[in-house]
Amino acid sequence: MAAITWIRRHLVVLAGLLTLGFLILPNLVVLVFSFNKPKGRFNYSWQEFDTHAWQDPCGVADLCGSLALSLQIALWATIGATVLGTLIAFALVRYRFRARGAINSLIFLPMAMPEVVMAASLLTLFLNMGAQLGFWTILIAHIMFCLSFVVTAVKARVMSMDPRLEEAARDLYAGPVQTFVRVTLPIAAPGIAAGALLAFALSFDDFIITNFTAGSTVTFPMFVWGSAQRGTPVQINVIGTAMFAVAVTCVLVGMLLGNRRTQKSA
Amino acid sequence: MTDDTTRGDVRLSGIGKTYGSFTAVHPLDLTIPEGSFFALLGASGCGKTTTLRMIAGLEDPTTGTVHLGEQDVTGLPPYKRPVNTVFQSYALFPHLDIYENVAFGLRRRGVKSVKKQVGEMLDLVQLGDKAKHKPHQLSGGQQQRVAVARALINHPRVLLLDEPLGALDLKLRRQMQLELKRIQTEVGITFVHVTHDQEEAMTMADQVAVMNAGRVEQLGAPADLYENPQTTFVANFLGSSNLIEAEIAASSGGTLALKAGDGKLSLPAARCSAPTGTGDKVLVGIRPEKISLAHADDAREITEGRNRLTGRVAATSFIGVSTQYVIDSPVCEGLEVYVQNVERDGRLAPGAEVVLHWNPDHTFGLDAAQDIDAGVETVETDAAEGAAA
Repeated sequence: MAAITWIRRHLVVLAGLLTLGFLILPNLVVLVFSFNKPKGRFNYSWQEFDTHAWQDPCGVADLCGSLALSLQIALWATIGATVLGTLIAFALVRYRFRARGAINSLIFLPMAMPEVVMAASLLTLFLNMGAQLGFWTILIAHIMFCLSFVVTAVKARVMSMDPRLEEAARDLYAGPVQTFVRVTLPIAAPGIAAGALLAFALSFDDFIITNFTAGSTVTFPMFVWGSAQRGTPVQINVIGTAMFAVAVTCVLVGMLLGNRRTQKSA
Repeated sequence: MTDDTTRGDVRLSGIGKTYGSFTAVHPLDLTIPEGSFFALLGASGCGKTTTLRMIAGLEDPTTGTVHLGEQDVTGLPPYKRPVNTVFQSYALFPHLDIYENVAFGLRRRGVKSVKKQVGEMLDLVQLGDKAKHKPHQLSGGQQQRVAVARALINHPRVLLLDEPLGALDLKLRRQMQLELKRIQTEVGITFVHVTHDQEEAMTMADQVAVMNAGRVEQLGAPADLYENPQTTFVANFLGSSNLIEAEIAASSGGTLALKAGDGKLSLPAARCSAPTGTGDKVLVGIRPEKISLAHADDAREITEGRNRLTGRVAATSFIGVSTQYVIDSPVCEGLEVYVQNVERDGRLAPGAEVVLHWNPDHTFGLDAAQDIDAGVETVETDAAEGAAA
């Protein structure tokens, strides 16, 4: 009886922990295997503890080059998609113009379309235009598919914004620029930030579209895929773990700052 | 025009606003005296908020001009007008704390040291200890006071209030009415207050403009509007009125003798806003609380010279301080009478024959060509108001 009561009382916590485990376990495997010293070329079974990969993360040819390229593309794609997406979101919410309805639904097309179909069509388009496949074609493709996510995130925020806030700012001696910088932008910021983070994550680990539009250029996901055919260097796990750590640190810092702010104002 | 007394007045001349084929505000002229507490009163959709927004510059008038004193501000954007607004839902900036909300206007005008002024203003609205709070941490009444402080700190020529108490519960609303009145008296700035609550307008304002369907129906001091309505809308919207159809039988010495059915009533000619020729139709108005009730058996005790009508009690409801009677008279059905509960006459139950009598000086006369039910607040419109707020 006591056991049943105990389970009943802690069921939510148990379910939560199990779900968390389910989510974190793959990341743990990546972390653990980054300290492995594999016998052959494949890093699939545990041998012994070793830190050589951590001491020399760029020890594999082309790995860090592809990582740098991926980060660069992700950064530019994020900036491009966030700026364009924010402008589109404001236009769709604030203004009534012809084809507004059509644009409103078309903007979601990249989200709904199977990625591989879109990738193939993009390649066809680029080839027909005679475009040189590489950095620019990847960037254009990434901005395109990130755009719909940014628009969705920013639009939700702008729609829930009270138009009276901007009127209040104008009433309190803020000109159009001041109103945008002091009131509109700070209030829309969480939506814009969410869209930007999403864009970065999507762009950084995109494989399918990149693979079609890259030509001979190799991004980090393509490098991982390519090396998986011939053997997986431990360095891949090191990069993976490092990315994971950076992301977790960002989230934790954000939470701490948020907590401190609410405590201060409470 | 350069008369000293009009130096800080708000003058609206021929100002109107149309949206496509819909006319929100018919061209109107209005002068709001400097330093007064002025109310624009009307049901929702009557154009009162549009008028306010045109003064603020948030809405461009289709026709007409807005003057602040001698300055024509019609073409100026809101951020260049010495006018500030307290918005209906307060519109406090959610990402700024109370201090920064109040300091917003000063900072935008490039004032360097705002600390002293913000502190004083927060003290004026009794929120000195909430400076570091965010708006969502405050109660409705507190948010409302922040909105007032944020506007007043700029020392505007005119403070515009758009249904500022609409979101508060009844008790808090009464408290804030007194509070706003106190602040207005203290700072001496012109307040223009938009409201649909006639009681709020009457308690707070020095002058009330009653608006209906994009027009100003009547303008005046609250007591004047109440005692002397010029239209059926004002008579019904401000409190309630009994309106009786009658015909002018004779006119002598400033008094009109009226015939309503087989009853005879008299009305001072000065209190009649309708044409006063013999045979003209008028609506005779009398406020429910001005009428006295006597049981038919006591009819002989009623003093001579009072207006009287006979009738039968149809319904009574006991309110506490007063009792409200509905009387059916042959002349007019459903007359309302409010009687203070000083000495209750137990005989005045439904079915009792009664005589209604009142001082003729309290009677007012309206043009019979108008809709007799204009401005009567029905349950439906009340519910719609509630939903809109």
